[in-house]
Amino acid sequence: MTKRKLVLVGNGMAGIRCLEEILNIDPERFDITVFGSEPHPNYNRIMLSSVLQGDTTVDDIVLNSYEWYAENNIQLYTGETVEKIDKDTKQVFTDKGRSVPYDDLILATGSHPFMLPLPGADKDGVIAFRNIEDCETMIDTSKKYERAVVIGGGLLGLEAARGLLNLGMEVDVVHILDYLMERQLDPTASAMLQEELEKQGMNFLMNHHTEAILGKKRVEKVTFKGGKVVKADLVVMAVGIKPNVDVAKASDIETNRGIIVDDYMQTSAPDIYSLGECAEHREMVYGLVAPLWEQAKVLAKQICGVDAENGYQGSILSTKLKVSGVDVFSAGEFNDSQNNKAIRIQDEFEGIYKKVVVRDNRIVGSVLFGDTTEGTKLLNMINNETDISEIGKVNILQSVDQSESIVIDMDDSEIICGCNGVSKGDIVSAIKENGLASIAEVRDCTNASRSCGTCKGLVGDLLEHTLGDEFEVGTEKETVCACTTLTHEEVVAEIRDKGLSHTREVMNVLGWSTPEGCSKCRPAINYYLGMVHPTDYEDEQESRFVNERMHANIQNNGTYSVVPRMYGGVTNAKDLRKIADVADKYNVPLLKVTGGQRIDLLGIKKEDLPSVWADLDMPSGYAYGKTIRTVKTCVGENFCRFGTQDSIGLGIEIEKKFERLNTPHKVKMGVSACPRNCAESGIKDVGIVGVDGAWEIYVGGNGGTDLRAGDLLCRVKTSEEVLEMIAAYLQLYRENARYLERTSHWLERVGLDHVKSVLLEDQDMKEQLVSRMDITLSAIPGDPWKKFIESEKDKEELFQSKALEVTKS
Amino acid sequence: MNEMKEGQRVKVAHLDELPIQIGKEVIIDNHHIALFRLTSGNVKAIENKCPHKQGPLAQGIVSGEHVFCPLHDWKIDVTTGEVQKPDDGCVKTYPVEVVDNIVFIVI
Repeated sequence: MTKRKLVLVGNGMAGIRCLEEILNIDPERFDITVFGSEPHPNYNRIMLSSVLQGDTTVDDIVLNSYEWYAENNIQLYTGETVEKIDKDTKQVFTDKGRSVPYDDLILATGSHPFMLPLPGADKDGVIAFRNIEDCETMIDTSKKYERAVVIGGGLLGLEAARGLLNLGMEVDVVHILDYLMERQLDPTASAMLQEELEKQGMNFLMNHHTEAILGKKRVEKVTFKGGKVVKADLVVMAVGIKPNVDVAKASDIETNRGIIVDDYMQTSAPDIYSLGECAEHREMVYGLVAPLWEQAKVLAKQICGVDAENGYQGSILSTKLKVSGVDVFSAGEFNDSQNNKAIRIQDEFEGIYKKVVVRDNRIVGSVLFGDTTEGTKLLNMINNETDISEIGKVNILQSVDQSESIVIDMDDSEIICGCNGVSKGDIVSAIKENGLASIAEVRDCTNASRSCGTCKGLVGDLLEHTLGDEFEVGTEKETVCACTTLTHEEVVAEIRDKGLSHTREVMNVLGWSTPEGCSKCRPAINYYLGMVHPTDYEDEQESRFVNERMHANIQNNGTYSVVPRMYGGVTNAKDLRKIADVADKYNVPLLKVTGGQRIDLLGIKKEDLPSVWADLDMPSGYAYGKTIRTVKTCVGENFCRFGTQDSIGLGIEIEKKFERLNTPHKVKMGVSACPRNCAESGIKDVGIVGVDGAWEIYVGGNGGTDLRAGDLLCRVKTSEEVLEMIAAYLQLYRENARYLERTSHWLERVGLDHVKSVLLEDQDMKEQLVSRMDITLSAIPGDPWKKFIESEKDKEELFQSKALEVTKS
Repeated sequence: MNEMKEGQRVKVAHLDELPIQIGKEVIIDNHHIALFRLTSGNVKAIENKCPHKQGPLAQGIVSGEHVFCPLHDWKIDVTTGEVQKPDDGCVKTYPVEVVDNIVFIVI
């Protein structure tokens, strides 16, 4: 029997979701062809704002890779738009002149952004925020220009504005009303949101009507009714979306606002179906993902000839989202009216506001701002029309922990993770079939909680409910990785107690579920063994991450970067000349001064590394390792008018003492000669600041992902005391932190008071730490680059590729 | 001219040249291959290119029957070439024969 031909118009979340459902039901039923206008495989459009905000990359939001299409024998045409359907001969025609026949056709064309028909809206620099291309345009624009105007104070506009702020642009948000996000928030919540966003640096033009966009070729200004003018290098229109009904209209399929469908997603034309943002069902067009998952399920059943029961019955709208770091939830009728009464809680200290709207003893709507824990419970009460006359009014907003978790009563088909469309049933069966025991494992297996993370609590509840006593809430341990049930601390304790000395022995004796571990636990165990047995443990290079095995930093194209050591950021003409000669000899594509005051040679081929190191004849800067990186210094008393101390001298001394020391994560240090802090000592793992006649030692600073100012540990008189205190502090960190835990996170976890009580109040303990550090330092092997240069075996094994030819026989 | 026939055996290394759990890049004509000697003693050959961002798999951490891509930690089965969940994809695999400690790859 020949397969039926299924054509999907629209390569987005709704259509592909439906294909996945179809493949689940009957993978052999159809020959499938997909057309998408965008030049990408199906990606998670909801996550575009995260891409713009720099939290993730375009590749990371792809939901179905090209391989997925290939594996399922789906013919995919990207960058190609279906323009017309011939319903009689049952074919589609594209803008590239292609025609493809169908037996069944699905229209999932999504939406167009709504562009205000303003004078000047066609100028360069006026865009929407809808697809990857828009995202890329904004990122490029931010590199060349400074001022952006976002028109629209709804969710989309605010997400675009937050992204543009992250990209370093100044942002004005224009909104036609007095309140932001009026479709999701009541005026009180809206005002709280505006206040928060203003703190974050957004500027608002409320109650402003945009009149025109001015400029020569590119936008230069935006004018408003009433005469106000603001400068703009970029205008993002985020005023809404409208269903894309182009192809349906052109083919005489019945449309209204969207393509009209019945309860089985069938359009007015035979064998043509529609779902997602372009479809209109009972006069509703949905722009959220949850309804789309439900529609996909119904349509898949219908098209596969499985009983779709009552079909699709519409969805009650609720939104649970994060706007610029603030949790927001709303559902149902949340605005005040004469027939309703409301329960309100507002905590201005914590920035929390909760409102529940009640009519005839039933909850009809709710807004939560700042804390959305009760969101799912409230939505359930709205959907079930729960009678609340028996429940104390205040208790409704009091937390869930008194009653049983709402997941128990949920239907298997109900969605737990809205971002990725994972249902309760999916998660429960994954837990049972794969023996999952933690939220992280559920995430890795099902994708639930992978995106925004707001459903982690529900996933935890499901684990508890499914596993019963085996899972204890709140005591879920942070294990080293999925290979073991032991925590970092337990592994270290076992290594010490049982005298374990090899990674394989650790994994074997401690009952690892995988005989050889994984890329997370192997490097961790290798570190712990070296820390516990500093003099006799032989480091396992095969348990090292590539950078630490090769002693160079792997780059995105498989080349490496090389950073030679420059103690304290001080160099000389001879070293600079050598670097220049190497750059010439090996055609180094990029030379860059690093933030740690050294020079990075980027784009070195793997095979060239040993000879580059030989030519440089400088020690490795360890710019790639979980180890001491650099000690950044300011000029100090030798030249600086303000310097009170020899910061360079001390910095070099520190770097020479601790170089090549393995640590749980990278350690960056700085020495400044006065409180002006030119070496940025306040955001270093260990930062030293010279004051008249003394040194201040700051710890736990971080200038990376989680910005944290260092805490003052103590003040000492001499540079010897500085070195001794650093030795004790770093050894405490080495012995107690979890592998891959930066000093800032470790310090937050154990508390400054604890560290002070050990280092400042327990002289005995401190001396022991210093002596263990001395033993460790005495056993550190020499410079790794030198070792590689001298060993033909290492050069051959690690750096050379083998090039062979097929010889004709 | 190097016109290749299917199923040609190419001698690539002596077993002793391959450290256990450290990958080796082998280039045969246009094939960039990552060769692994596993703890089990088996030798495996797969395309030296992660389907995600073309990371050089030969430089990844090898554990049991899997290699972890050095760029973004994708986990790949060195026998089947399949990317492990939650990621998707696969890399080409090449048959390997070891005769008298000499390693051959079949192209």
